[in-house]
Amino acid sequence: MQAKLEATRDAYGRALLTLGETRPDVVVLDADLSKSTKTAGFAAKYPERFFNIGIAEADLMGTACGLALAGFKPFASTFAIFATGRAYDQVRNSVTYPRLPVVIAATHAGLTVGPDGGSHQSIEDIALMRVLPGMQVWVPADGEEAYQMILAAATVESGPVYVRLGRQPVPRVSPEGYAFVPGTACVLGEAAPVAIIACGVMVDASLQAARLLQEQGIRSQVINISSIKPLDKSLLASVAGRSELIVTVEEHLVAGGLGSACAEALAANKARPPHLMIGVDDRFGQSGEPQELLAAYGLTPERIASRIAQTLAQ
Amino acid sequence: MNTILLREKAQLMRKLIMQSIAEAGSGHPGGSLSLAEIMSYLYFFQAKLHETDPLCPERDRIILSKGHAAPVLYAALAAKGYISEAETLTLRKLGSRLQGHPDMRKLPGVEMSTGSLGQGLSVANGLAMGLRLQGKPNKVYAILGDGELQEGQVWEAAMTAAHYKLTNLTAIVDYNGLQIDGHTSAVKRVEPLADKWQSFGWQTVTVEGHSFTDLYRGFHTERDGSPLVVIARTVKGKGVDYMENVADWHGKAPSREQARQYAEMLGVSKDAG
Repeated sequence: MQAKLEATRDAYGRALLTLGETRPDVVVLDADLSKSTKTAGFAAKYPERFFNIGIAEADLMGTACGLALAGFKPFASTFAIFATGRAYDQVRNSVTYPRLPVVIAATHAGLTVGPDGGSHQSIEDIALMRVLPGMQVWVPADGEEAYQMILAAATVESGPVYVRLGRQPVPRVSPEGYAFVPGTACVLGEAAPVAIIACGVMVDASLQAARLLQEQGIRSQVINISSIKPLDKSLLASVAGRSELIVTVEEHLVAGGLGSACAEALAANKARPPHLMIGVDDRFGQSGEPQELLAAYGLTPERIASRIAQTLAQ
Repeated sequence: MNTILLREKAQLMRKLIMQSIAEAGSGHPGGSLSLAEIMSYLYFFQAKLHETDPLCPERDRIILSKGHAAPVLYAALAAKGYISEAETLTLRKLGSRLQGHPDMRKLPGVEMSTGSLGQGLSVANGLAMGLRLQGKPNKVYAILGDGELQEGQVWEAAMTAAHYKLTNLTAIVDYNGLQIDGHTSAVKRVEPLADKWQSFGWQTVTVEGHSFTDLYRGFHTERDGSPLVVIARTVKGKGVDYMENVADWHGKAPSREQARQYAEMLGVSKDAG
């Protein structure tokens, strides 16, 4: 059966329509990318609650703060590269420092933006966002999880949430009946000597890698850590205790992302197996089709599987 | 409008600014002092504020975008009675609610955490949009420095306010002509000020920022459906003769002795008056 594909940004647009109906306090702001970020549907249906701020990401974040102060629940959207890079100080000082309940729903994250190239491929956004005190960082693996995350984000009153969304359609990986809970990882499959921890589009790639490893007689368990902050530290500790190898896989720089977050959490753990960190190594992206880029940067199932096999053989 | 009361409150604020910064040993007196009349006018006449509850939902909102002028904000909150005058002496101390730059999560009455310049007008816009969407009559006031206008985000926000016709918003520019490195005209020219705002779709009025009657005139400009900016000509360090128009007093604390002498001088002039 062919799995139904949905980009997480499309699921975001779908969730906004739900919120538009159920939550009159939800407002949406965009910076001239509403067709791409998928806020356009909300804009068409609820024009009085949609604010296009134009190509002005700093102003976008600040305006969202003001709407939060007035008692609204703002969703601020643009591409991840602009939300976290262009407007970093606004996200730090206007959004996060005063703990305003703004949801930054950033799309087109990672290499899979594709042909737009390195200037538009955000491979450092998880790092930039998770170091901000009080900022939650969520990365959905599929449309279902993205939809649930957006609804969950709308209920967070304690401070901001960063949701990292992708451009490319992805298959469903969440189990039937899955419910996203911040700070809770989703274990996909039986416990095994190799734990492959992934987020975003790399969850599906990791599941495929696990099947390839299985063919070689290497048993692995894939874990979707979609809530990078708060992090499921108790699950990580138990995984570390029972695994021979921990692998993290992300469509992000190795520095500062999911792998770093896991390594930080496990650093003081006595029973700590080796940790293979798979991601982008200290270089920018470039133009290319998404699948070509994943291959060029070593993020295909085949490459993930071979690196795991090599590491185990060392 | 009781200008005698407003004058007294402005003088009280100046005394508290001097004392609190002297006690802290650091802070920004120049751009705090230049705002004393504007803050007195806003807090004791123009803005609708509750007598005792700084978080009253029906209040107007005053956002100090030039957050380094925190001492005048704390002085206004003290003059208003929201905090004690004694608490202003905790400015910049460990554990104080009076952070070096305003922190809304620490001190009720601070409408927005500010300090990284250029960000307050965007926030004021969002508040004005939100209040309007809720059908509330409340007004939003955003106070900016003239040097702050060098920040690009101010002009992003200026464009937004005009586009969304935020008539419940008034920006105030503390036009004292100085910034840390010297005269604004020498560091990077911000003029022509009124022309710039007008070209961004704002209504402008230029007033003498230390005159209550002129502030009244400015704030009561007949609105034409655009956001209004009150460009207030002020003197940096106003009221403390050796600080007036001296850029060096942007971010330098007076000594305790200077603060004491100043308080004494105010007392004498009040008696004489």
